[in-house]
Amino acid sequence: MDFDLNDEQRLLKESVERLTTDRYAFETRGKVMAAEPGWSAQMWGQYAELGLLALPFSSDHGGMDGGPVETMIVMEAFGKALTLEPFFTTVVLSGGFLRHGASDDQKAALIPQIADGSLKLAFAQTEKQSRYDLFDVAATARRDGDGFVIDGAKSVVLHGDSAGKFIVTARTGGERRYKGGIGVFIVDADASGVSRRGYRTQDGHRAAEVLFESVRVGADAVVGDPDDGFPLVERVVDEAIAALCAEAVGAMERMHELTVDYLKVRKQFGVPIGKFQVLQHAAADMFVALEQARSMTMLATMMCQDEDAAARRSALSAAKVQVGKSGKFVGETAIQLHGGVGMTMEFPVGHYFKRTTMIDATFGNAEHHLARIAGGASLIAA
Amino acid sequence: MDLTFTPEEIAFRDEVRTFFREALPADIHKKMAEGHHVGKEDIVTWQRILNEKGWAVPHWPVEHGGTGWGPMKQYIFQEEMQRTPAPSPLQFGVFMVGPVIYTFGNDAQKAQFLPRIANIDDWWCQGFSEPGSGSDLASLRTSAKRNGDHFVVNGQKTWTTLAQYADWIFCLVRTNPEAEKKQQGISFVLIDMKTPGIDVRPIQTIDGGHEVNEVFFDDVRVPVENLVGEENRGWDYAKFLLGNERTNIARVGVSKQRLERIRALAAQVSENDRPLIEAPWFREKLAATEIELKALEMTQLRVVAADAKRGNKGQPDPASSILKIKGSQIQQATTDLLMDVVGPFALPFQEGEDDFSNEMPIAPVWAGPAAPTYFNWRKISIYGGSNEIQKNIIAKAILGL
Ligand SMILES: Cc1cc2nc3c(=O)[nH]c(=O)nc-3n(C[C@H](O)[C@H](O)[C@H](O)COP(=O)(O)OP(=O)(O)OC[C@H]3O[C@@H](n4cnc5c(N)ncnc54)[C@H](O)[C@@H]3O)c2cc1C
Repeated sequence: MDFDLNDEQRLLKESVERLTTDRYAFETRGKVMAAEPGWSAQMWGQYAELGLLALPFSSDHGGMDGGPVETMIVMEAFGKALTLEPFFTTVVLSGGFLRHGASDDQKAALIPQIADGSLKLAFAQTEKQSRYDLFDVAATARRDGDGFVIDGAKSVVLHGDSAGKFIVTARTGGERRYKGGIGVFIVDADASGVSRRGYRTQDGHRAAEVLFESVRVGADAVVGDPDDGFPLVERVVDEAIAALCAEAVGAMERMHELTVDYLKVRKQFGVPIGKFQVLQHAAADMFVALEQARSMTMLATMMCQDEDAAARRSALSAAKVQVGKSGKFVGETAIQLHGGVGMTMEFPVGHYFKRTTMIDATFGNAEHHLARIAGGASLIAA
Repeated sequence: MDLTFTPEEIAFRDEVRTFFREALPADIHKKMAEGHHVGKEDIVTWQRILNEKGWAVPHWPVEHGGTGWGPMKQYIFQEEMQRTPAPSPLQFGVFMVGPVIYTFGNDAQKAQFLPRIANIDDWWCQGFSEPGSGSDLASLRTSAKRNGDHFVVNGQKTWTTLAQYADWIFCLVRTNPEAEKKQQGISFVLIDMKTPGIDVRPIQTIDGGHEVNEVFFDDVRVPVENLVGEENRGWDYAKFLLGNERTNIARVGVSKQRLERIRALAAQVSENDRPLIEAPWFREKLAATEIELKALEMTQLRVVAADAKRGNKGQPDPASSILKIKGSQIQQATTDLLMDVVGPFALPFQEGEDDFSNEMPIAPVWAGPAAPTYFNWRKISIYGGSNEIQKNIIAKAILGL
């Protein structure tokens, strides 16, 4: 067993953290968030320059051959800095579909554009009724010649407003909640029949509602098996969950730091409030919750590419539960210990709390994943 | 022991319930029921309707417009109003400064302010907290120096709720910096917000709303007539004010209404292709919250019934701390449950009452306030004496530790 980073990974961590520390101060972030498009094109260029946008892809396509640990490192740093760019949706999520499902031609066409920063992608999956069930797909993809015609409405498409292409789940056969018959398609955002409405999310990120009306795509738009894409979806989302867990851990770590710092400087009754034992214990509990979340994020990171799908899924669900619970506790406690200032936009801590709350609501909240674990085999059977 | 309301209390409950249903304007009711923000106009409209009926300040002495109802009826009245759900009349006037004025103020102050508070002709705000003085309120530094027939006020208040609308602010100010104990040098003054030298600056809360402000005082001249009670006795009046709110603080009716709505909404969304309300984990979580709420209601009723027997009015009582702690936790738990109901639709930020339902595609309009309320209601365990401070009070005043 080894939980340490190797030299290259340490270097990656340092360079990403240096970049965000230098270029992503809280005030800078506030300005970026308030302006269009809601994230920084300049930072995006910096990520490209550092190779972050090429990180998880194979060097055959100009990538950096990074694995889940490298993604974890970047996402944790982004969580600490609360970055707003569409890295998760483009590189981790949509990139995951390309890595695990796309043909060589598709990879050769798209990965270089991702790597150089020119192409952003978003995953159009959630529907009005689907809640957190990835297989609950009402959108349809009807065969038409050698291509398909896609119809459907997708909601809360993260960074869907700035995406040049969408990765869309749509049904080629079967009933709405049938796990077979789901296809994964790459659709141009400006294809005829695609319309979208972008908006801000609660945590200052962006998303869109996207409508696909008789959108015609060719055979080359299909990622993987059009009649059995669900295992691919699950696999990619499991990796994405591991990445979100890492981001949440970064955010929690920062909330904890901010809170401990505040306990040392805020004085009431003539003493720093950190002298009150009840607040010391609360801060200690936050620390415990943070470390438990970090441990489970490591588990998630190391399991997210496991070939045993059942074992992989249960580890990922378990991590999402722990991170959701820890995030809620750390966030709520951080606000409480800050008192009134924790409630304000001017202080960073509330922004972190909003982000961890929204991470919990993405790809299944703690309750959803807890029910999944509870309905399955024991997590601790050897 | 007897768990039942008397026939008279039941008749009273039905009377106020019917009145609230019929008299509350539909648009205000809709905002309240859907968890949206109600604005100044709504509060004014509703409080004037109540005042017309003689019910804006039912807990006040009869000579100042009160109803003479006992504590149990007061409680029923509040709970029914919360369950309707109707907005509360402006707390800062009717529950805070009003009682201080009729208890400690002089006749001129009573005549000048009380009728206008009842009819919300003046909007009041509360100037207690300062940047350096939150939990440790007695350390406050805003100073008031006597200069002839005026006090000259300098300093800063913060977290002043809805000060952007305020005509008047009631403030704790330091009039004697040399007093032996810091509590002894504080006075309670009423300040006209139009006085030169007052500057109100907004603070944005994490949900994106504007409900709190900073209020700066720069050589603000306040006539000595605006001192309430005796100079340097302000701390006693503040304690009276903070301990006053025993029939209302737990907001049992608010939580009941929210849980009822959550139950209804959970029938509209599905999980595993079944209504969420049928999911065992959700039912258990909802039931657990209902149990907590029932316990709180019983505790609240014990306090009210004891008040009714004693004829006790507005004596600060450490038992209020129980109501404040559990009341805040349960109100916050209702915001959690709503987050569970909305699931992924917690994410979109909907401005005001944007109605997404007419636009493509999708998030239900009732999902809009879920996350902002979850964020915003973190405040309930912070303001009015944080839950940590409430526990200190229980430990000291009840347990003698
Ligand atoms: C939304 C909102 C609206 C408000 N409206 C008003 C208003 O209209 N008028 C007004 O005057 N004020 C208002 N307040 C202020 C409110 O009363 C204060 O925020 C509160 O008293 C806490 O003070 P503080 O924020 O300075 O936190 P601090 O007192 O600095 O507390 C920080 C943390 O330390 C803890 N702590 C402090 N002392 C102790 C101790 N001895 N033992 C253990 N823990 C301790 C607290 O519980 C808290 O967790 C409002 C606050 C909010 C958030």
